[in-house]
Amino acid sequence: MKKCSRCSKPSTLHITEIQEGVAQELHLCESCAKQYLAAPEPMTSESDEFAEKLSESVSEEESESYGQLVCPNCGITFKEFRSQGRLGCPHDYNAFAKELTPLLENIHGETQHVGKCPKRAPEASQKQYELIKLRGRLRAAIDEEDYEMAARIRDEINELEDEVHSSGDDD
Amino acid sequence: MDLDSLTTTSGEWLRGNGPESDIVISSRIRLARNLAQFPFPNRADDAARTEIESLLKDQLFDLAVGTRLSYVDVRTLNDLDRQFLVERQLISREHAESHGSRGVGISSEENLSLMINEEDHLRIQVLHSGFALDDCWKQIDQVDDAIEERVTYAFNDELGYLTACPTNVGTGIRVSVMLHLPALVLTKEIQKVFQALHKISLAVRGLYGEGSQAMGDFYQISNQVTLGKSESQIIAELKDVVPNIINYERRVRDALIQENRQGLHDQVSRAYGILKNAQTITSEETMHLLSSLRMGINLGLIDDLEIPTVNELFIHTQPAHLQKIRQESLESSERNIARAGYLRLRLTDDDDDRE
Ligand SMILES: [Zn+2]
Ligand SMILES: [Zn+2]
Repeated sequence: MKKCSRCSKPSTLHITEIQEGVAQELHLCESCAKQYLAAPEPMTSESDEFAEKLSESVSEEESESYGQLVCPNCGITFKEFRSQGRLGCPHDYNAFAKELTPLLENIHGETQHVGKCPKRAPEASQKQYELIKLRGRLRAAIDEEDYEMAARIRDEINELEDEVHSSGDDD
Repeated sequence: MDLDSLTTTSGEWLRGNGPESDIVISSRIRLARNLAQFPFPNRADDAARTEIESLLKDQLFDLAVGTRLSYVDVRTLNDLDRQFLVERQLISREHAESHGSRGVGISSEENLSLMINEEDHLRIQVLHSGFALDDCWKQIDQVDDAIEERVTYAFNDELGYLTACPTNVGTGIRVSVMLHLPALVLTKEIQKVFQALHKISLAVRGLYGEGSQAMGDFYQISNQVTLGKSESQIIAELKDVVPNIINYERRVRDALIQENRQGLHDQVSRAYGILKNAQTITSEETMHLLSSLRMGINLGLIDDLEIPTVNELFIHTQPAHLQKIRQESLESSERNIARAGYLRLRLTDDDDDRE
């Protein structure tokens, strides 16, 4: 039986750790294994790994100028995106197009989709994005207890939703 | 859906009857989709999340895809039940640990699950036993089409399906194959596999598809690129690569048997012995020993046990499953005792008179 790689008692747990594509074997005894497993959870998803890489790679200066870039629909700044790794709404791909393109090239090596397309073309996408903005304004109006404004926005949302539905559905 | 009833069953994908199932445990495809008119879940407030959930949930119920879906409201589940669904591979860890309105639609065979308000509004997942990527694609493509007839996905001609994280944009597809590679691990040949996969931008992960920690010699291989390649190209890449790994593992197994049949037989038999007799055992040791046992069955070194039983034991000895089976909450040390008891019960069913 192999010895524990941390304290040289007999090992009971064998772990293969993969980092940058290289496997490393780890043999641990019961008590060292407990410690090892109690350590903070490893990264949980591709997106989290991506978020970490992103936030590491920004300079102060860049970060300042990214703070000015805001999506008009959901209100997320490019700086917030860099720190969380998650975008705020589908429109961000337009709002941050210039900044996102090099990133996409870096991740995927390409920037043009060639796969499946929805059969129903999302022709009303501008209206869809408008809905995101209106919902944000509705929330703000309610927060400020401006119920008259909230009612007007609610009407606008309903109207727009009707338009989107009638243009998208044939049934 | 009654989660307790799942403790006595196992998903179709664990039955171990798919192609190459001595080495390939399961094939999985997931698609990330979003509705055009809402912010992504992390930026959506409670009201919007609730609206997204009810809108998508309504679509799930009348999906005509030849399978019955049950809906589980993940928000109202306790921690144990959430963990149970993670162990079952029906929801992701992120979905379990998230907050606010969210849920999952699950088919009765557990092949299909649809997570609502995970990182994206909708994550469709299809899981099959063995190396069966074409079956997965056929099914998931159909489900995706059926939903898309009823809602407007966030999509543009240039970037394809728009997702919360740019790592998924384009096809939104993640194609994964779960492999059992004990011989490659034993001989350290596995490092060559990792290096080769890394070069062609395929990712390798541990059993639950997350973290760098792989236990029990199970590895999940999946695509990383989602933009600039079609779904069929991405699937074809895995269909090209995986058979090479399968053959590699088989060659090394054969070599091990020829060089040291007795040593291998000894290792496998000892694993079986510990699993049948332990009075307390950790989940990690269990994984490790079950891995040996699984290889031993495939190599004909053990003949009184079937692969589906071992596949099921991997899942049923996980912490949340054990607690659901025992119908009580257990501390870690109590779980180790319960786990050993469960293993003894399942592995010595018919040979009580052996001693
Ligand atoms: Zn130790
Ligand atoms: Zn936005």
